[in-house]
Amino acid sequence: MKKYWKRTWPLHMLLLPSVILLIIFQYIPILGIVIAFQNYKPWLGILNSPWAGWEHFNYLFTYPASLQVITNTLIIAFFKMITNLIVPFVFALLLNEVRRMSFKRLVQTMVYLPHFMSWVILGGILIDILSVNGGLVNQFLSLFGVNPIFFLGSPDWFRPTVIVTDVWKEFGFQAIIFLAALSGINPSLYEAAEIDGANRWKQTLHITVPSITPIFIVVATLSLGQIMNAGFDQIFNLYNPLVYSVGDIIDTFVYRVGLVGGSFSFGTAVGLFKSMIGFIFIVVAYRAAYKFANYRIF
Amino acid sequence: MLYTSKAYRTFTWFNYLFLLLLSVLCLLPLVHIFAVSLSSNAAASANLVTFWPVGFTFDAYVETMSNPSFFNSIFVSIQRTAFGTAISMFLTVMSAYALSKEEVKFKGRTLYAWFFVFTILFNGGLIPTFLVVQKAGLVDTLWALMLPHAVNVWNMILMLNFFRSLPKELEESAFIDGANHFVTLFRIYLPISMPSIATLSLFAMVFHWNSWLDGLIYLNKASDYPLATFLQSIVVQENFAETGLDQDDVANISERTIKSAQIFIGALPILMVYPFLQKYFVKGIVLGSVKE
Repeated sequence: MKKYWKRTWPLHMLLLPSVILLIIFQYIPILGIVIAFQNYKPWLGILNSPWAGWEHFNYLFTYPASLQVITNTLIIAFFKMITNLIVPFVFALLLNEVRRMSFKRLVQTMVYLPHFMSWVILGGILIDILSVNGGLVNQFLSLFGVNPIFFLGSPDWFRPTVIVTDVWKEFGFQAIIFLAALSGINPSLYEAAEIDGANRWKQTLHITVPSITPIFIVVATLSLGQIMNAGFDQIFNLYNPLVYSVGDIIDTFVYRVGLVGGSFSFGTAVGLFKSMIGFIFIVVAYRAAYKFANYRIF
Repeated sequence: MLYTSKAYRTFTWFNYLFLLLLSVLCLLPLVHIFAVSLSSNAAASANLVTFWPVGFTFDAYVETMSNPSFFNSIFVSIQRTAFGTAISMFLTVMSAYALSKEEVKFKGRTLYAWFFVFTILFNGGLIPTFLVVQKAGLVDTLWALMLPHAVNVWNMILMLNFFRSLPKELEESAFIDGANHFVTLFRIYLPISMPSIATLSLFAMVFHWNSWLDGLIYLNKASDYPLATFLQSIVVQENFAETGLDQDDVANISERTIKSAQIFIGALPILMVYPFLQKYFVKGIVLGSVKE
């Protein structure tokens, strides 16, 4: 026993700093969630602030603005989820048909780049090129006689713009996992199909697609865990009061009303609602991925 | 032979063209911003610039670099990136090493693992976290930008999977020679893990360089902002109220060419490390997803 302890105590020591930081910055804030059930006043602190019960949650579900925020979150997150599955999948299939390695690498180099840029940079760029006053995109559209579109300021255009620009940033990166799966397909399958007289389209349909369906299902299942994440960084850097009605999401709402507006308790309640739903979805998604495809993170 | 059918050749043609167009589409916005930043003010405000500078000049960069608050924010960013990455990597390597041991040899390992993983699944949210950082007295210090996210559980899992792929004999022979876990980690595991550590450090550096929200929340003075926060708040959103900048500075910052120059400078470090990133991250992802 003494020998065992002598051997393992360094392992505990190695974990200690991380454990302390996680307790302070992850677990204590979880305890801090109690303020969602209080009327938290900074000068009274957590211990002395009066209790409010479910008041903030009632408010959340009856106040039209917050209901709108939940709807916006779900709509934007849902469409991002779908497009961020389909576009990378199709892109990976098309790239897989490229035989010239140098061209393949060139394409990959270019499409992965936006993933590494922050939404601050991309937001700054997009605001410039999507500008209604002679932004690059509107200049291009005017060649076809299209009137200038207020992409980031019109409630009709804001959501599509957010979804398209998100796909633009991420499709290359999302495709990596599919490309890895594609490169793992046994080439003898194709040779056999060719001998049987199947053309490339038939091969794609009967070999390629079924081979990467399992990984597609895993990626799709795991993306369910993101159903409450409509993308704070992106929306925060692109939206403005003109499009709050369609573009304000839970995270931006918590930041604006809760943190900046000082409604700490209400903001925490809204945040808790989001994390609870998100938590349930993530757990279900991981269990499903484990059950159907034996996927695990470590 | 079927590859050379006429229909497939036509498809290949269109496929190459389409993919090329798609790739170019990913770069054009950045090229445009770069072109604007190198153009004259007049040409930029008349929307004459597309992908090539019009009235070529370095004025915007000279102007940007002579703005002390911009310069200072770069310095803050470099500081947080350097120290933040170092702290984060130390924690990642140490905890990954311990958690890579099996439960049989290290009782409590599974409990520790869940303690780490739970933080990915659930967190207190923006406001309770803010209150903790505030109560800890970290507001307006660089620590507020480095400590709350210092333990990156995803990176730790990647590192853990790497350690597990190393032969067990390494540890056994080290222990026979009288080493303990500290010595084994720092003298034997670390030197052979350098490629993985370099990869994860690169991720951590990009994370720190790009982070902007924490600066906005935890720092009250615009003069303390790191570059990403400075760009977000002052260049893109144009919040000049609390900056204490005078009229001339404001007029300068909101000039389109100068805005573009500042954005481009913000993107530059990422562009510079991009070749390395691209080389390693595919490996990182595969490292994370393939388990025996």
